[in-house]
Amino acid sequence: MLACQNLKIEFDRKPVLKGVTLDFPAQKISAIIGPSGCGKSTLLRAFNRMHDLTPGAKVTGSVTLNGREIYDGAEDPVLIRRRIGMVFQKANPFPTLSIFENTISGLRLSGVGNRALLHEAAEKALVDAALWDEVKDRLKSSPMSLSGGQQQRLCIARALAVDPEVLLMDEPCSALDPIATAKIEELMFRLRERLIVVIVTHNMQQAARASDRTAFLWMGELVEEGETEAIFTSPKKSMTEDYITGRFG
Amino acid sequence: MEAPATETPERPPAGLSASPKPSTRPTAFQESAPQTAPPPLSPDLAVDRYHRSTGRTADRMFRVATGFCAAMIAALILVVILFMVKGSIPAFKDHGLGAILSSAWDPTNQKYGALTFLFGTAYTSLIGMVIALPLAVLTAVALVEILPSGPAKAISLAVELLAAIPSVLLGLWGIFELVPLVRRFEISVYRSPLGLRKLPIFSGSPLGVGFLAAGLLLAIMALPFILSVSREVLLQVPNAQREAAYALGATRWQAIRRFILPYSWKGIFGAALLGLARVLGETMAVTMVIGNTPQIKASLFASGYTLASVIANEFTEAPSELAISALISLGLILLLLSVTLNAAARIMLIYLNRSSGAPQGAK
Amino acid sequence: MTQSHGLRKFHGRIMEGVCLVAAIAAVIPLFAFLWHLVAMGASSFSLALFTKLPLPPGEVGGGLKNAILGSLLVVGTATVVGIPIGIGAAVFMTEFAKPAVTSALRFACDVLSGVPSIVMGLLAYQIVVRPMHHFSAFSGSIALAFIMMPVVVITSQEMLRLVPHSLREAGHALGIPAWRIAASISLRAAAPGILTGAILSISRIAGETAPMLFTSFGNPFLSLDPKAPIATLPHTIFTYAISPYDDWHRLAWGGALILVLGILGATLLSRFILWWHQRSLNS
Repeated sequence: MLACQNLKIEFDRKPVLKGVTLDFPAQKISAIIGPSGCGKSTLLRAFNRMHDLTPGAKVTGSVTLNGREIYDGAEDPVLIRRRIGMVFQKANPFPTLSIFENTISGLRLSGVGNRALLHEAAEKALVDAALWDEVKDRLKSSPMSLSGGQQQRLCIARALAVDPEVLLMDEPCSALDPIATAKIEELMFRLRERLIVVIVTHNMQQAARASDRTAFLWMGELVEEGETEAIFTSPKKSMTEDYITGRFG
Repeated sequence: MEAPATETPERPPAGLSASPKPSTRPTAFQESAPQTAPPPLSPDLAVDRYHRSTGRTADRMFRVATGFCAAMIAALILVVILFMVKGSIPAFKDHGLGAILSSAWDPTNQKYGALTFLFGTAYTSLIGMVIALPLAVLTAVALVEILPSGPAKAISLAVELLAAIPSVLLGLWGIFELVPLVRRFEISVYRSPLGLRKLPIFSGSPLGVGFLAAGLLLAIMALPFILSVSREVLLQVPNAQREAAYALGATRWQAIRRFILPYSWKGIFGAALLGLARVLGETMAVTMVIGNTPQIKASLFASGYTLASVIANEFTEAPSELAISALISLGLILLLLSVTLNAAARIMLIYLNRSSGAPQGAK
Repeated sequence: MTQSHGLRKFHGRIMEGVCLVAAIAAVIPLFAFLWHLVAMGASSFSLALFTKLPLPPGEVGGGLKNAILGSLLVVGTATVVGIPIGIGAAVFMTEFAKPAVTSALRFACDVLSGVPSIVMGLLAYQIVVRPMHHFSAFSGSIALAFIMMPVVVITSQEMLRLVPHSLREAGHALGIPAWRIAASISLRAAAPGILTGAILSISRIAGETAPMLFTSFGNPFLSLDPKAPIATLPHTIFTYAISPYDDWHRLAWGGALILVLGILGATLLSRFILWWHQRSLNS
């Protein structure tokens, strides 16, 4: 289980996240929703210590994976990020690597050389990302020849190949058409069985249909969270109701 | 937005890649019973299933290696200044800074006045800039404002290629082709019925070699530099400025002269400084056509000597360690001049870009 | 009103004409140079240039074999030293260094690239020739490496800066160590541009003469000993050009043609690399 407690994040002294406590149970898809600028992506990036790479970012509070604090000084962020993977808003495959190379890049570039292992991992990842049938005959070609939705699925395959326990998805479908979006939601459902999936989305319909749990963030604070059904049918806070009915944001 | 409690999500469109067990996909709002026992969640974050290293040591080594390379670059600039100063110290100790300003250069007789060379460097650079700067600016205007993109690109390329020609080859061409031309020009001036040869600037024998030939070669070498920076400066003039000028009914030339050029003059000035910094240290081409005579004369026809040329010609035949040190001190002067000009030009261009909000122009 | 406007237009047209004349004048030197280069160099361009050694002054014939090989050795050594250090520094500046350090280093490189090449020769003289007590090919290589390094840093850094940050982010999110991201993701993406910059910097130092005058010093005989003086092509061209012998002048033009063909080849090679990379990305 992935959890955070009283998580506060500042950028250059400006507070962006003001004390968020949330947990993301195993085998559930959890969605984080809220208007733009509310801190959803910032929150997501705290879970794989991406803020370590941003000068001026300060993270306080606790984030735990299976009870172990990931911000503990003794932990190596590189290892954390192999446990907790991330997919970005805009697909970013490595343009100079082939589709196959892209898929196993996380493994090869961290030292795995066994070719049998790499091929097996690539096939498994591409199958899980629902891309295998479309690319199995052109594994050596450039990823830039793929459509936007395919590239995003390639990035998901790449993240899966590393065999993480958590998959963080930062608005993965916002640049995609509805059909491509549906494919990705489809594969999220299958992934849920073995991974914790956390998705940030500004699309409420997506949150409603694709997640088990939903958290609503506003201006860096957690307003409400719970079972998706409950959030969308009987929200406890009026702000939540206002947001999901489109009265603001 | 209403979401029904138990709605089976729509079947995905046909043609999706085969996904395992689609019929067991749980609905969005139901808890899913795990199909298989979940894999054991290892509590220790440091355990890696594939036994990959974090690359900590390799990371450190890589950073140290590249940091060392960066340090060498930083060291280089310090070392250049350090050694040039160090090499000049014996000369300064011997005859002090003041003696540098004397015009008597005679190392075999312990005379180390550098004034003739300072003059030569200054005079040839001046001639070069006087020719190259207007030519470059006018050409830049032609390329950016007047010519269509095809010819503009071709001309641009041709001038860039000029920059790739090594100095010694320009000097070779200078000796055999340019100097005879200059000589013919000088002879015609000499013979001119207007008595032009009485003017100090045209006095002396028309030899061909001399300040004029060297200045022309320097102009050819400075031209590509000044042109490329000026071109970028002109390209950065926002189109809004041009449109405003034309909307006021200005002709193209009026727009250029009264709006575009004034807007860009600071950048062009920076380009000129960069070009000047470049020609100050030019050695080979100048050495081959300047006549190598240490003298201060105002005439374009006269032979002269520059700081770089005297170092090139006399270093290996220097009669004493002190002479070598004196030559190094001349190199120090060159270094200080070019570094100062270069730094000043770049700082100016940075300021310029910052204040106008335009992206970096100079290379 | 129309009269003054007509006058203004006329004046404008004249000035525009002046600009066009300037643009044409700017191109003339290149063509004049190339014309004479081909005219004078073609007659002496033969296999003998590459295979024969120079003959004593006054004798007709001979070639530039020692200078050509010498240039290859000196430039090759300089490349081996200068390019890795230059690229390494650029990687450090874009991937690891703090912004203030990067700006300072970049400024240093900009200033260094403006130092006259003869000054770098004087530096190499003091650092290498003096302690060794004689001129050497090695000191020439060091001087050329000093000239080449800032240029390589600048072009490499520009190319690395163009690599989108999203690629590095993707690498980090996969748990790839930072050094691997720098080496296999950033450098790989920037490689064609960096390679092009490297090739162009090599062709630039291949034509340098001034520093060679008191480092590699020149040598009328064939020598490939890095500790001994050596002939380089531009230096030999200089020596022959200012000499009084016609045959040496002929050889100088021949050497000039070789040098220009080499530079042209380097330029074409770098454009080819960029084209080929673009093509493989699109396939």
